[in-house]
Amino acid sequence: MQELDTARQASVRVNRKSDNRVVIEKDLMTEQMVLAMGPQHPSTHGVLKLECFTDGEVITEAIPCLGYLHRCFEKTCERVDYPAVVPYTDRLDYLAAMNSEFAYAIAVEKLLDIEIPRRVEFIRVIVAELNRIASHLVAIGTYGIDLGAFTPFLFCFRDREIILGLLEWASGARMLYNYIWIGGLAYDVPSDFLKRVKEFVAYFRPKAVELCNLLTENEIFVKRTWGIGIMPADVAINYGWSGPMLRGSGVQWDLRRNDPYSIYPELDFKVPVPDGKSSVVGDCLSRHLVRAYEMDESLKIIEQCLDKIPSSEGFNSRSAIPKRIRPKAGEVYGRAENPRGELGFYIESDGKSTKPIRCKARSSCFVNLSAMKDMSKGQLIPDLVAIIGSIDIVLGEVDR
Amino acid sequence: MEEGKQMSQSLKNSVTAYSIIKEHFGSAISEFDPNETMPFFEVLDVSRWTEIALFMRDNSKLQFNYLACLSGVDYPAEDKVGIVCNCESLGVFNHKLAVKIKCSRQGGSLPSVAYVWHTANWHEREAFDMYGMTFTGHPDLTRILCPDDWVGHPLLKDYKVQETYHGIKVPY
Repeated sequence: MQELDTARQASVRVNRKSDNRVVIEKDLMTEQMVLAMGPQHPSTHGVLKLECFTDGEVITEAIPCLGYLHRCFEKTCERVDYPAVVPYTDRLDYLAAMNSEFAYAIAVEKLLDIEIPRRVEFIRVIVAELNRIASHLVAIGTYGIDLGAFTPFLFCFRDREIILGLLEWASGARMLYNYIWIGGLAYDVPSDFLKRVKEFVAYFRPKAVELCNLLTENEIFVKRTWGIGIMPADVAINYGWSGPMLRGSGVQWDLRRNDPYSIYPELDFKVPVPDGKSSVVGDCLSRHLVRAYEMDESLKIIEQCLDKIPSSEGFNSRSAIPKRIRPKAGEVYGRAENPRGELGFYIESDGKSTKPIRCKARSSCFVNLSAMKDMSKGQLIPDLVAIIGSIDIVLGEVDR
Repeated sequence: MEEGKQMSQSLKNSVTAYSIIKEHFGSAISEFDPNETMPFFEVLDVSRWTEIALFMRDNSKLQFNYLACLSGVDYPAEDKVGIVCNCESLGVFNHKLAVKIKCSRQGGSLPSVAYVWHTANWHEREAFDMYGMTFTGHPDLTRILCPDDWVGHPLLKDYKVQETYHGIKVPY
């Protein structure tokens, strides 16, 4: 017993400074504790389990355990036709289903080498950007909740509800749309849809500012996120980060700009990166700020699309859809900028079958989350919550 | 490549990148497949894959600093499984190139590139989980999406699901 006490005392270094201040050093040899965070923990945003090894309040290692929501997406793809994969892609990133469908459609169209009507492209971009705003609203709202701010969540969901209403009007479903098909759309938008989108843009602009005032400039929120979980740019690239995560580290990389698809080259928008003044480049706050600024850019994109969109006269949203989708033999890696980063589809076709031989979804959350182990080392437990929230994972896409 | 069709700029960039690798590694890599959707080459001498990957990442004219995707693939006709890596030089040259590596279907093994690109860490675990090939030099090669005690590798074309899992009937 006495030996143990001496050992304990030896590990606590108490330094008494000359001005009588007491400094206790941190490297106490406390017992290592394993703390399982999740799979039902509210801050893991779904069924993610983090196995945390803690030394007191400090995390020595946090290992993510995945697979609780694995639904064999890739195996299923090999059993159904190309168009039948679309509803499954909805269920990858269920908060941004339009964007997931868009990425899949792009990949298959690249393999088919077909032309898409211009109005289809515009409608696709409008619904995808609306969905991006809705997705960022959830990301920002739930991030607030993670850090103890409940009000912004209600504000976010109030506005998200309007977007979901609009998308429901267009597609018939609230979250899992099955709207963007290979070569076209399920339906043209309803007659007053574009007018209502315009009204929404005018309505949402001041609300976004309000949201910023509530959260982004909130001192408690800033103190919880400023300088936490810093990821340098080169490490982020090596980890394969993409989307707001990568831009949060100061890399101006956006597939809509750098590997353009659809009509994005014609549109004028900025790719926001943190300036290093209001946040440390690469920290949690930077990633949050990038998302907040991106909503504004999405509004700009939608406005431009509303001005430029061709009229619906003589338009058939299914005119370019091939009767039988059977791509030539070959492989493709098609990708699009999702709210969470790069969603890519690696598709292999043998040229004979109407089913893909291989369809792999490169999920942005899966890749972003893989840095968790390195990011969490030496962090406090509450900061771990801040880091997971800033990664903005959707487990549907991580586990597939 | 169809006749009369112009080669796109991105494909030209891939050809240039490939020729640098070919110059250095010679017969260890295959000829270039110049298709428009996903230009690729195959690594013939599998044991040199890590070396090739490092060269691709660190050569000043290549700088493939970003591994976009790593997918496992089953080739039952050749009795092989393999991986396809989509590499990219993000923010530097912006050229893209895909690499294929194959190994035997029974107990095949590939060198790991998890230390070259961190992205490969989880993706190799996923490929192992789904296809069963092992990656030598991988820091933590365990199943990632399936449970640890799952039997078989689900994405193989001839995969048969196990009858019961912990007393629960699996096929439905």
